[in-house]
Amino acid sequence: MPRKNPHSLETPTLEAPVNLTAGSHFERLLKQGKFVVTAELGPPKGAERAVVEKKAHLLKGYVDAVNITDCQTSVVRMSSIASAQILLEMGIEPIVQMTCRDRNRIALQADLLGAWALGMKNVLCLTGDHPKFGDHPGAKPVFDLDSIQLLQMLKTMREEKKMLSGTPLEGAPSFFLGAAENPFADPFPFRARRLAKKITAGAEFIQTQIVYNVDKFVQWMEEVRQKGLHKKAFILAGVAPLKSAGMAKYMKKNVPGMEVPDAIISRLEKKNSKAEGIEICLGIVEKLRQIEGLSGIHIMAVEWEEVVAQLVEKAGLLPRPASVGG
Amino acid sequence: MIVARPKSFEEIIRLIQNYKKVAVLGCGGCVTVRSIGGQKQAEELASLLRLWAKRQGKDVVVTEATLTRQCEPEFVESINDRANDWEVVISLACGVGVQCLAERFPRIKVLPGVDTIFMGATIEPGLYWERCVGCGECIVGETGGFCPVARCAKSLMNGPCGGSQGGRCEVSPDTPCVWQLIYERMEQLGMGEELDVIRPPKDWSVRPQRMIMEHLRKVDSRQ
Ligand code: SF4
Ligand code: SF4
Repeated sequence: MPRKNPHSLETPTLEAPVNLTAGSHFERLLKQGKFVVTAELGPPKGAERAVVEKKAHLLKGYVDAVNITDCQTSVVRMSSIASAQILLEMGIEPIVQMTCRDRNRIALQADLLGAWALGMKNVLCLTGDHPKFGDHPGAKPVFDLDSIQLLQMLKTMREEKKMLSGTPLEGAPSFFLGAAENPFADPFPFRARRLAKKITAGAEFIQTQIVYNVDKFVQWMEEVRQKGLHKKAFILAGVAPLKSAGMAKYMKKNVPGMEVPDAIISRLEKKNSKAEGIEICLGIVEKLRQIEGLSGIHIMAVEWEEVVAQLVEKAGLLPRPASVGG
Repeated sequence: MIVARPKSFEEIIRLIQNYKKVAVLGCGGCVTVRSIGGQKQAEELASLLRLWAKRQGKDVVVTEATLTRQCEPEFVESINDRANDWEVVISLACGVGVQCLAERFPRIKVLPGVDTIFMGATIEPGLYWERCVGCGECIVGETGGFCPVARCAKSLMNGPCGGSQGGRCEVSPDTPCVWQLIYERMEQLGMGEELDVIRPPKDWSVRPQRMIMEHLRKVDSRQ
């Protein structure tokens, strides 16, 4: 018997019909106006499938979709598409992260055509960190396209059923496309404008850099609303609990484009525990939920996946809506 | 200007140790401006090699010469007569000069005496910075006079990336984020809106590139 097309699993939904691009659970929830929760899963530095399964189990039922990182910080890990396939087999919806760091336009298109054929519906398009930060600093950085060009290429594939070269596609992928944005990077006045570029290029959802400086984030969201961007794309704020004062200081100093306010560092210095880190994170989530135009949160607790369930529960975000057809 | 740095003396020795007739060839172009591979440096390296040979008790003849520019065939021709006496040539020119010698003198072993690093400018005495990679389609007219291809660590066309902070590039605190510079200049020039336009993927067509100027070719063929 031929394998059925993984995208034909449409199950009727009880909610009002919405216009769907890819028809993923994640997309449907956003378009129904639900406050969505996603989390990040970092694949193993090796071929051990069980590691992916273990991490995925920790997230199942606590989030609406799981981002699979693409060799984050330029460290070699199991590929995001292969890991996403394991999640699909477990009935968890993946968001495939795809960077421009390691693939030229030929490889990007080929890999993503394959991802669609396997049933992956959500793609987060990223430029990627420079290889200098990773475990193979001598690797040749590709960056043939940037994230905006990648978005545009995938949108054109969807709408015009053509490759970047113009060659007609035998089956066009119809991904629900997303992008990342860092509201804390410079030049600050250009950040919302760059977000607009990403949305024009095809991003329908945005996951931001981890928010510690809520005031600055609020300021950025104000600009986003002024430009009406929150109506053109769903914005999910990145959050992550800090494990210790040391980690907070390290991130402030060493992670490009990351802002950790001193107030948070001194709070952790007074009471240096993971529990305090979680409390701080819950406080941030609480404030974020009050921001107009925010569609959800994205928990980036890579290598600390077990904290996600706790966070979601304590934040009062349970139960998560059941996935239809999943 | 092409910027190069000298190879270590140890490396040069390792490359030439089995030869008896060695020439050191300086270049009067870019590497002279930067005091890396001009006449003076060719003379210095030749004397060092003679000293080394003497100390080792080796019978090595070291010659030196400096060409106006090693990347122009007509200047390379000027050493035709002497070249027969050499087994090995250490070129202090950039990689282009080294290859011009190697092409012209197939019987001689041509070795680079410098590592060619980039095309750049003298920012202040002793400080040189990459400015262009010869991408074949200059866009700095649309990016405020700053090149994102050569100066952005990711050659971004729609930058700045999320790693730009305080005007610095994510790869190194010593490196300015060129997209910050582009943004400021474009705003200053009242061209800021151009940055909102999505730039398409760049054409990275076939390397090596070549360029033909027909009118000059005709002149050449008359000669
Ligand atoms: S765009 Fe940059 S690399 Fe290309 S020719 Fe101009 S300066 Fe050189
Ligand atoms: S920080 Fe600026 S120069 Fe560095 S990679 Fe990002 S955009 Fe390019």
